[in-house]
Amino acid sequence: MIYLQLFLSFLQIGLFSFGGGYAAMPLIQGQVVSTHGWLSMSEFTDLITISQMTPGPIAVNSATFVGIKIAGIPGALIATIGCILPSCIIVTLIAKLYLKYQNVDTLQSVLNSLRPAVVAMIASAGISILISAFWGSEAIVTLAGTRWSLVAIFAVCVLLLQKFKMNPIWVMILAGVIKAVLSFAGL
Amino acid sequence: MKNKKEVLFKLFISTLYLSAFTFGGGYVIVTLMKKKFVDELQWIEEDEMLDLVAIAQSAPGAIAVNGAIVVGYKLAGIIGVLTAIIATIIPPFVIISLISVFYAAFRSNVIISQLLEGMQAGVGAVIAAVVYEMGLGVAQSRNAASILIMITAFVAACVFQVNVIYIVLICILIGIVRTCIHHKKEAVK
Repeated sequence: MIYLQLFLSFLQIGLFSFGGGYAAMPLIQGQVVSTHGWLSMSEFTDLITISQMTPGPIAVNSATFVGIKIAGIPGALIATIGCILPSCIIVTLIAKLYLKYQNVDTLQSVLNSLRPAVVAMIASAGISILISAFWGSEAIVTLAGTRWSLVAIFAVCVLLLQKFKMNPIWVMILAGVIKAVLSFAGL
Repeated sequence: MKNKKEVLFKLFISTLYLSAFTFGGGYVIVTLMKKKFVDELQWIEEDEMLDLVAIAQSAPGAIAVNGAIVVGYKLAGIIGVLTAIIATIIPPFVIISLISVFYAAFRSNVIISQLLEGMQAGVGAVIAAVVYEMGLGVAQSRNAASILIMITAFVAACVFQVNVIYIVLICILIGIVRTCIHHKKEAVK
């Protein structure tokens, strides 16, 4: 039952992604690429790229994207509901308790323990994305199979982001344009 | 407060607008929510909003969605939650639906596929920069437990391919234990 699978997968993504932003990324990769094979690593990376350039949280964007690909608009709706349902229940409960007792310390301290792990998991997902970018979807890592033009683009992007604090959206667009120009120049 | 219909309508329009035009993730959107509901509409007290934002950031799920939930709940209870969530979901849902329709057709285009390939390296760089900033933050905290958690979690996820859900669960457990120990120490003092 594909709808149930979509629902349960995105329910887990919604339930276990703490810390916002990129925190959902490793969970989405785990469910959508590793466990169910709904997207290839390269499609997953495209999805993250698209999410970066459009408004909306990565988890909600992914639910829509994967849902449509696997089971059309109903699939997208079910995946999206799955992904926000845990938030609805948990956040409403906490808000209710808060408006009564006005204390969020315990919650914050649990989050403090999670944060370092979230960084590590994002790093791990980032490495899979880079492997897919540098060596293609088959991800056979060899020196000869390295796509050096992409390694160079990566290095330029890191420089633009870190040194010149350029807006990430422009950096990504620039990366795409450089690659297109290089490949038409025959490099 | 004003009549409920008006509050719900304003809530719907405001969250829809914020969700449609906010690029750059959850942290940006909660800041804009504060601006809208505290400074502009004055529907929520500043202090209370800060705590609501803290709830949105520490609970699981997307921060933008959580932010909509806390604001919706505060203003109009469960109906407010539903109103704010639907308004927050509509823009990304519509935009990504349209993109997915074109994605399949576009991906086979030579220029687009080259563009996307380059952008994969670009997004890799963006993530690397984010990880660097966050990792540096953890390292500079000089908190041995945090650094240990970060290294262990990385080895588990990257080398041993441990399901990230287990890593999250273990960290929640560690967090609860740490809080208990901390409370005990405070009590002894």
